[in-house]
Amino acid sequence: MDNQIFTGKLVRLAAQDPEKDATTIAGWDKDTEYTRLLEVDPVTPPQLKNKRERLERMPNPHFYPFGVRTLTDDILIGFCVLMRVNHVHGDAFVGIGMGDPAYRGKGYGTDAMNLILRFAFQELNLHRVSLDAVATNARAVRSYEKCGFVLEGQTRGTEFRSGIRDNIVSMGITRREWEGMKVEG
Amino acid sequence: MVLQLFEGEKIRLAAFDADKDAEIFSKWTHDPEYLRLTEYEAARPLAPFHIKKKFEEMEKDAHGDFYYFVIRAKEDDRALGFAHIRWVEWNHGNAHFNMALGSPDDRRKGLGSEALQMMLRYAFEELNLYRMTVHTFEYNDGARKFLEKRGFQLEVRRREAIYRDGRYWDALSYGILAEEWNNQVARSK
Repeated sequence: MDNQIFTGKLVRLAAQDPEKDATTIAGWDKDTEYTRLLEVDPVTPPQLKNKRERLERMPNPHFYPFGVRTLTDDILIGFCVLMRVNHVHGDAFVGIGMGDPAYRGKGYGTDAMNLILRFAFQELNLHRVSLDAVATNARAVRSYEKCGFVLEGQTRGTEFRSGIRDNIVSMGITRREWEGMKVEG
Repeated sequence: MVLQLFEGEKIRLAAFDADKDAEIFSKWTHDPEYLRLTEYEAARPLAPFHIKKKFEEMEKDAHGDFYYFVIRAKEDDRALGFAHIRWVEWNHGNAHFNMALGSPDDRRKGLGSEALQMMLRYAFEELNLYRMTVHTFEYNDGARKFLEKRGFQLEVRRREAIYRDGRYWDALSYGILAEEWNNQVARSK
């Protein structure tokens, strides 16, 4: 049995510390390329108090948030979260963001996603994990496919920004598919 | 301009009245078939007190973006079911829609169809939304046929997202765009 479930190849999953991490996490919101791909709601400039209050929310059986930190120098570079966890059906949604632009497109996010999927399937014993992404966010979609997510459909025209209507893609991975990935990998 | 949004032929859309409606809503939650056709959460009956409380929580959770109607029969004013629009994403023009008729006796009589048309008109001609999303389950054949017949398109199939009666079922989501609704209205004239 592998008990080091929070340690990957490049990153580890850690608690988000409202006292130490809020400034860093709120700072990421300066980059609207990041926030517009992440948030459904209209984006706002960094709001430290608001962010801190969100980090202070008590994790519960339906909500598992993590900070993503580099293994080499322990820098906080992003977050990932399992939310809307439904234990009756074994169903949950995952959200992920690499807030620090220096660590995008280099496999850090994919590594974090692999960790949170392992947590979902081997610790929470879920049956499947879902996610939504803006269809034009090719880098994200490629990373999700690499982790084993399968396209499950598109909600038409649900994303409307800068005068352009985009689809939202829905992707999912079942326990069976995830176990198959492990054998191949 | 259409001025009557809430008065249909056989039904009307009215505000939820806790004193009047909690009793019958509670009764519906004692019908597991109703719950399993409408609810993602595990089935459980609710007392009228908890129906009221649940409504208040839904209202609070929606931060004011909550368009909740009781579907009433015009003939005797009894509550037939509910219809609501919530989680409105104003910046994108998207919202989530749900409706149900509580008693099996009131289904398949065109009442749901009328309620849906009124809700679509409300969504697209009053709230000025771009699209609406509806969730249902693979095993709810009635809902799927109902939606497909009225122009909703299957957009997402979350495979094996529902575990009931010892097997997995897909969770489905359907969408309809304002322009699709407008075309339907134009054709029916």
